[in-house]
Amino acid sequence: MSWLDKVRNSLSNLSKRDTPDTLWMKCPSCGEMLYAKDFEANLSVCPKCEHHGRIGAKARFDQLLDAGYSVLPTPKVPENPLNFRDTKKYPDRLKAARAANPYPDALTNALGTIEGAKAVLGVQDFAFMGGSMGMAVGAAFVAGVEKAIAENCAYVICTAAGGARMQEGILSLMQMPKTTVATRRLAAAGLPYIVVLTDPTTGGVTASYAMLGDVQIAEPGALIGFAGQRVIQDTIREKLPDGFQRAEYLHAHGMVDMVVHRKDLKGTLAMLLGYLARKEVA
Amino acid sequence: MISFLDFEKPIAELEARIAELRATASGSDLDIESEIGKLEKKSSGMLVATYAKLTPWQKTQVARHPQRPHFLDYIRLIFTDFVPLAGDRVYGEDEAIVGGLATLDGRKVVVIGHEKGHDTPSRIKHNFGSAKPEGYRKAIRLMELASKFGLPVVTLVDTAGAFPGIEAEERGQAEAIARSTEACLALEVPMVAAIVGEGGSGGAIAIAAANKVLMLEHAIYSVISPEGASSILWRTSDKAAEAATAMKVTAQDLLGLKVIDAVVPEPTGGAHRDPAATARALADALGHELDALGALSGPQLVRQREDRFLAIGSL
Ligand SMILES: [Zn+2]
Repeated sequence: MSWLDKVRNSLSNLSKRDTPDTLWMKCPSCGEMLYAKDFEANLSVCPKCEHHGRIGAKARFDQLLDAGYSVLPTPKVPENPLNFRDTKKYPDRLKAARAANPYPDALTNALGTIEGAKAVLGVQDFAFMGGSMGMAVGAAFVAGVEKAIAENCAYVICTAAGGARMQEGILSLMQMPKTTVATRRLAAAGLPYIVVLTDPTTGGVTASYAMLGDVQIAEPGALIGFAGQRVIQDTIREKLPDGFQRAEYLHAHGMVDMVVHRKDLKGTLAMLLGYLARKEVA
Repeated sequence: MISFLDFEKPIAELEARIAELRATASGSDLDIESEIGKLEKKSSGMLVATYAKLTPWQKTQVARHPQRPHFLDYIRLIFTDFVPLAGDRVYGEDEAIVGGLATLDGRKVVVIGHEKGHDTPSRIKHNFGSAKPEGYRKAIRLMELASKFGLPVVTLVDTAGAFPGIEAEERGQAEAIARSTEACLALEVPMVAAIVGEGGSGGAIAIAAANKVLMLEHAIYSVISPEGASSILWRTSDKAAEAATAMKVTAQDLLGLKVIDAVVPEPTGGAHRDPAATARALADALGHELDALGALSGPQLVRQREDRFLAIGSL
């Protein structure tokens, strides 16, 4: 099964949130039948095999931020600048994604505290057009960083994306330097930038802001890479090693600082922010 | 001998006919010069007409033409005193990206670019222009050298994309590209990038986050290859031409979107029909941009580059 098929299968298993006919779900990793409410209460981690399911921005905010956070508005960007259509018109794809998701595009920020430490938290939602990075994601990333600078606090991002949003063509590629301008400005302000790589993070997102954190965290089992596995296989025609492009594999190759279980993520972030927070000038 | 592309078939047939006539004429006293002249005029007229309205997919083929001038051709044709610099000081020397010190019409610069190779051995040596992390890390090293010694940076972009392989992933292809893009943005010296062939995705932008971005007339620049977009979005391999049009990959489209700043004209029939003239036009365009940027201070250059990328696609 290709990674794309895997993505599709796990989506169909995990993304039907809050519909009454999905009281039960099957863990896409071990096949265990799970009561959906129990799964969610367990941070969307399979109690049997520890598979970390994909979660959206709202669940992530609730898991990582203290109560009382505020969701920041998603910046408006030109829609469908290329007048793009493949088998469907891009605006129709956007409309469908918006109808199925709580926020207007794939990256949403919230301002809040993590065990008392102030931070802006950005969350990319794979359920929204594969988390893909187009102008809205780029603009939201820049806005999140600007908010962090204005609030003199850290920017933390949970990444999830299949890559660039192809329907925006070259303009999606331009989000790579654009978001990098933002990370440089955050660094110039002396503020921490922490990346949490979640399943899956690939393509242009990985090759820009997702790899530029002061500290790089990955969730267990997350697929993280630049090139897609099928593309690699078609190019080199060799079997891919076990665990290739998984969080643990990246850790072993020195690409991330740590692989952190979801139940420990908030505490880890709080600890890091405690160390990296800017010293107040006396 | 120019190899013709599929869409140039009528021109190729006419050229073959002309060659045939010449061969016949040389062995006899037949006067067919005027006939040949007529056909040649027709042929060049067809070439002009064809290249005046290339489709995005035809441009893709021109941009990938095996005889299109590549990085080392430009080094030979317009740069002097080239001192190649090798290695990333971490892992190896990746010849998919070539770089070094060079002089462009009297201007000392650091020049960096993808090299695809021109025959089988050189294509293998340069990995078809698809760089691995060490290629991007070498680019970073050269950019930092340029900044340190106040040398402007010129990059020539020509890659189908960064290399998709096991080792490239293990050594941090994504991180290397991200850091290379960051290194472009950090430069306190002028940086001008030119897309001379294929500007393929992250592997291209990693050395193209410049103050000014130029593009040859028939080059393409894209987030994914038309073939890749066809297979992902249309779920078939035969919609590449449609994908090339939909994604707006041509210099003319990208100028309108303000992704590039200027189009460098190519000779009639594309760069491969007159590499020297192409190179001259490129040198003039690069020189023009470098001289204009020379008036800005280091911080102004950083700011201009940041504003340039922040502004793309803004409302
Ligand atoms: Zn399980």
